Amino acid sequence: MDRRVRIEEKLRESFAASYVLVVDESHHHVGHSGVRDGGGHFRAVVVSERFEGKLLVERQRLVYAVLAEEMGNDIHALSMQTLTPAQWAEQRPQ
Amino acid sequence: MSLDDPTRQRLQSIIDSGTVVLFMKGNRQMPQCGFSAQVVRILDSLIPDYTTVDVLADSEVRHGIKAYSSWPTIPQLYLRGEFVGGCDIVTEMYQSGELRNALTSPA
Repeated sequence: MDRRVRIEEKLRESFAASYVLVVDESHHHVGHSGVRDGGGHFRAVVVSERFEGKLLVERQRLVYAVLAEEMGNDIHALSMQTLTPAQWAEQRPQ
Repeated sequence: MSLDDPTRQRLQSIIDSGTVVLFMKGNRQMPQCGFSAQVVRILDSLIPDYTTVDVLADSEVRHGIKAYSSWPTIPQLYLRGEFVGGCDIVTEMYQSGELRNALTSPA
């Protein structure tokens, strides 16, 4: 399975997420040291009720914890948006 | 990843060495990574002085800081000894105005 899809499924399962999107942006970083080591640059959007009442730092720590195995291997860099369903509804284009 | 006491103390003293301390790749003049560069741009727009630590120049710091903060990526911003976050969080706090308040409010 494609590592992007694997990361997406892991996040969806771990957070019982109502929406997950992982984009592989590695092609923007060709020649970058992390890419040479085989790690990809990813961007993730995770929408979950589990983020309710949590600070951004706490939310992102939860994501990093779920992806601990991948960090430093498959993932060199991960930029993320961690939203509650209410925040997601607000931010979504009408 | 565990952290031995001398390394922890060393990191603690670096973090305590300034009000605003940024662990990054490269330095303020020449960031070596897009995420570090973005945080530098944001800080430059808000405050005249801050401390940067180039993790590429010191592998003990590079690996140690990730264990210290339980945060697996660089850059990492600290304000008055407290971990603030990485690039996404700094960017979001900048856009909401929260970062300006935090950086410019008296200790």
